[in-house]
Amino acid sequence: MHNNEPVMISRRLFLVTSMAAGAGLTLGMILPGCSREKTAQESPPEAGPGKAGGAVVAAARFEPNAFVRIGSDDRVTVIIKHLEMGQGTYTGLATLVAEELDADWSQVDVEGAPADASRYNNLFWGKLQGTGGSTAMANSYEQMRNAGAAARLMLVAAAARQWQVPAEDIDVRHGELRHAASGREATFGELAELAAKEPVPETVFLKDPEEFRLIGTRVPRKDTPAKVNGTALFTQDVQLPGMLTALVVHPLRFGARLEGFDASAVQQLPGVVAVVAIPSGVAVLARDFWSAQKGRDALLVDWDESDAFKLGSDELVAQYKTLADKPGSSAHSEGDAASALQSAHQKVQSTLVFPYLAHAALEPMNCVLQRTPEGVEIWNGEQYQTPDQQAVAKVFGIAPEQVKINMLYAGGSFGRRANPDSDYVVETAEIVKATDGRAPVKLVRTREDDMRAGYYRPLMVHKLEAGLDADGNPVAWQHRIVGQSILANTAFEGALVKDGVDVTSVEGAANMPYAIPNIRVELHSPVHPVPVQWWRSVGSTHTAFAVETFIDRLAARAGRDPVAFRRALLKDHPRHLGVLELAAEQAGWGSPLAPGRGRGIAVHESFNSFVAEVAEVTVHADRTFSVDRVVIAVDCGLAVNPDVVRAQMEGGMAFGLAAALNSELTLDQGRVVQSNFHDYRVLRIDEMPAVEVHIVKSAQPPTGVGEPATPVIAPAVANALSAATGQWFERLPLKLTA
Amino acid sequence: MITLTINGAEHRLDVDPEMPLLWALRDHAGLTGTKYGCGMALCGACTVHLDGKAVRSCVTPVAVAEGKSVTTIEGLDSDIGRAVQAAWTALDVVQCGYCQSGQIMSAVDLLNANPVPTDSDITAAMSGNICRCGTYVRIRAAIKAAARALA
Repeated sequence: MHNNEPVMISRRLFLVTSMAAGAGLTLGMILPGCSREKTAQESPPEAGPGKAGGAVVAAARFEPNAFVRIGSDDRVTVIIKHLEMGQGTYTGLATLVAEELDADWSQVDVEGAPADASRYNNLFWGKLQGTGGSTAMANSYEQMRNAGAAARLMLVAAAARQWQVPAEDIDVRHGELRHAASGREATFGELAELAAKEPVPETVFLKDPEEFRLIGTRVPRKDTPAKVNGTALFTQDVQLPGMLTALVVHPLRFGARLEGFDASAVQQLPGVVAVVAIPSGVAVLARDFWSAQKGRDALLVDWDESDAFKLGSDELVAQYKTLADKPGSSAHSEGDAASALQSAHQKVQSTLVFPYLAHAALEPMNCVLQRTPEGVEIWNGEQYQTPDQQAVAKVFGIAPEQVKINMLYAGGSFGRRANPDSDYVVETAEIVKATDGRAPVKLVRTREDDMRAGYYRPLMVHKLEAGLDADGNPVAWQHRIVGQSILANTAFEGALVKDGVDVTSVEGAANMPYAIPNIRVELHSPVHPVPVQWWRSVGSTHTAFAVETFIDRLAARAGRDPVAFRRALLKDHPRHLGVLELAAEQAGWGSPLAPGRGRGIAVHESFNSFVAEVAEVTVHADRTFSVDRVVIAVDCGLAVNPDVVRAQMEGGMAFGLAAALNSELTLDQGRVVQSNFHDYRVLRIDEMPAVEVHIVKSAQPPTGVGEPATPVIAPAVANALSAATGQWFERLPLKLTA
Repeated sequence: MITLTINGAEHRLDVDPEMPLLWALRDHAGLTGTKYGCGMALCGACTVHLDGKAVRSCVTPVAVAEGKSVTTIEGLDSDIGRAVQAAWTALDVVQCGYCQSGQIMSAVDLLNANPVPTDSDITAAMSGNICRCGTYVRIRAAIKAAARALA
């Protein structure tokens, strides 16, 4: 790791500015290849939306060029480039800065960064600014620590100059600098103005992990206070002067086109201001939500469905199963799986079906947008800044830099707010354009709109075949996957779709960890108009279930214990093995259970984090079942905030459990059947098991925790039910046969 | 005109009497701590107190609230309310936070009626509130912690 090795930073990389409004120090990183340098004189700091408890500053000019700002009031403001959608980003990233700065946690405020990929890009995504793939902590780990360390050096330099003492004799703790010999001391705020005049350090030293005071401890979440008193600002809460609320009628089938509409009854309704056609449907604009909804419900719209998608889920499953019988594009190949399968002592086969899934974040998709003299200003739970800027710029024929985005808290996302087509953001832009920008518009989707607007986890079919030798050792593994590509036609297609294989369709399967000499993984990616999107843990949502339930089937056929069977095949994967053993040990694997109860395990790596889960279930006399207890072991490298890691394990598991037990979105003749939480069932408190989380102690750099717990629970529960009943499960959600 | 008493203050709102209380609060009284999640009393994000009892404001016509006392998350200042918010804070229950106003209003309603709820009492009282982030373990723990603090 770093071991106090200096991190070289050229003068060009860091930029220091003095603040126009009030004394202070701002420090940011200008990334290589970017020559645009601004000074803060052009952009005074303002309290920004997304700041805990912050209020919307209408028409705010908010262009900080920095990750850290220290005011003469001793407040340390950390600018966070990633969306806070519950995963703890605002807390985790601020911790990194505060650690290296030696700030007191209580003096740290957080603020959402503006949209500007030249400063705030995701370092794992090239020039793109956005949040996803459980990358926020991993890509920011050094960047944010460097920013904090450089600010600390400048404060120390300022103190040394003022006090005429050697810099190395100055101690920094809890936001205060001290020179022990002379007894001089000063707070960050007292030195901020002087520090701003210091040269930017060319080299910073990062702490040795043993010196960490904040990293590795439970510091309280920065977003908690505003989220328990109702002041946290979400997109749904934005109110601008003169703002109109817009609801949109969409076609009931994907690919249908607007033929015409009759708004005569609607325009008479109180509160309704306008009815306009936009590319995605017809928008009703009104002075409030209720009026807009009444207007929308009274609107008569005709659709041309000649090119619309009219298949149902059952037909898709049948088509996909036919495809699964044919060879697909090769995603991974070792040895000769076909021959080894042929000559195997015994064979096992399974065909699995996974339904479409909606993200169903509790805050339905929404967006606020207004025209400004400079271009466009957006308020949004913003997850995908660069593509959204480009898409909105295209609507208005302006430059992407003219699209200003205020990143607010998101009421969940689970991938949905990083939309490859910027769907709901563009829809808002189209409404503003169709009304000539006369008023700011808040697009609100009702729950029903949100559920039926597409962008689902794709429906998938998997076919697995494996062969065992006479000793019960697996010798052949053939895995065919069928489902729509998520990355086709997105910004990531060039990088992540290779030779017809979308890596997100096969992740978790193509890199399956078990040592089997002959492996073949293949993919079919049928194309049709149902919009699909990444859904918390993406490909692993189905591949983990396929691999981990099939491994249990092989273990059963071989007459071996599922943990022992895995252990023997994971010799070259110490981190898989580590979480497997930890979860099994903590769960009391092997200890007897009462009749009707079962225990199951699954282990999976996603986004470079490793998770094993043990589920305990009870099967009731009426063939219903409950999940009583879940033990989770996670290896995510260094746990920056163990409590946030625990929370993400608990919540990520619960999100996956909803899909294991309840959630299913189906199409009937092209129409989405479900509409709200009565028929698209999610997890409620009565179905939440007791959860224990165990974190592997690690000095590896931190990896993500938002997604990796999600895909592991469904196979763990299925394996537990199989252990209790002998039934194997080939569909999600899980259902016991009568 | 409809006159509502919200968090102890009188509001005169020019709204359709059929408008759900949720939208009167959010769009007309400027109180946005109460959230929209489903519009059908399925998710609990809109939970407020009407004369001290929890109701789903998304299906409660504003006219029903006339003459009654409405309490929203912004106006929660009872001992029980403060204890619940303190427990939520101490345990860092929240993730995205969107459902949490409703969760807290339901939890306060439970503790108002039942100072020492059992696990099954908590399950029964809180099953109407969805949290997509899955903070249920902490919600349960925080309700118990608040009950202990109030005992």
